[in-house]
Amino acid sequence: MINSTTQEFSIEALRAGDKAEFARLVDAFSAQIYRLGLKMLGNEQDAEDVLQNTFLNAMTHLSSFEGRSSISTWLYRIASNEALMHLRSGKKKVNIEDLQPENSDDDFLPEIFVDWSILPENELLAGEGKENLGDAIKKLPENLRMVFVLRDIEDVSIKDTAEILNLTETNVKTRLLRARMFLRERLSAYYSERPKEEK
Amino acid sequence: MSDHLHKNCQALLGALSEYIDGELPAELCKEIEKHLEGCDNCRVVLNTTKRTIDLVRAPVDEDVPADVRERLFKRLNLDEYLSLKS
Repeated sequence: MINSTTQEFSIEALRAGDKAEFARLVDAFSAQIYRLGLKMLGNEQDAEDVLQNTFLNAMTHLSSFEGRSSISTWLYRIASNEALMHLRSGKKKVNIEDLQPENSDDDFLPEIFVDWSILPENELLAGEGKENLGDAIKKLPENLRMVFVLRDIEDVSIKDTAEILNLTETNVKTRLLRARMFLRERLSAYYSERPKEEK
Repeated sequence: MSDHLHKNCQALLGALSEYIDGELPAELCKEIEKHLEGCDNCRVVLNTTKRTIDLVRAPVDEDVPADVRERLFKRLNLDEYLSLKS
């Protein structure tokens, strides 16, 4: 999905401090890093902090980039660390569910079986639908949210998500399943209770 | 469903993500599809989970807001390249 990942960048030029090449890199990856910040932190100011700190950090540490991972994986790793640091810095209220070691599978079993999937997208996102979707993502426990943002919003592969977050692929898959079940349940609750006039 | 979850439903739920992502072997997919034919609840869970993912996936051509880009370039001392966006 990310067009920028198909672009070629000269690592040598970047390491040598070529500003034009760095500007090209910034333009190629800004949108997804800003979006990651928005989805993780829930507001534009914090997302902008994540965006700026990610590229400042990248600029400082480019000399140590060895090219073992792709440049997008490397940038996502910096950005996800920035977002998590921001979340834990006390600026944001920590979700109580994040303080528990790991949720059990029983916490993510489906309870609502209303099939709202056939409704068209403009109807699903009408009224407060879009806001409800954003709120549901914000309510995801932090450990699940980062995996979900990378895999399902940004379309990063399981392998790369594991590399970015320093997790095993099995762990990424488990968290992804739980995140998807968590969101599905909340959307199902919303769409099964939404007043008819709002639809 | 959670109170009296059938063994086959539990197995399907465990494999749901990988099934949606097309990462399961064909033989296992066939088994899942056979179960889905006879289980309304699992079919609803599958359809609504797929739809949830469709709704959140980011648009391909989304750009960072112009003012955010401008402040970023200034912070990085890249002002001279602000006009170069293709």
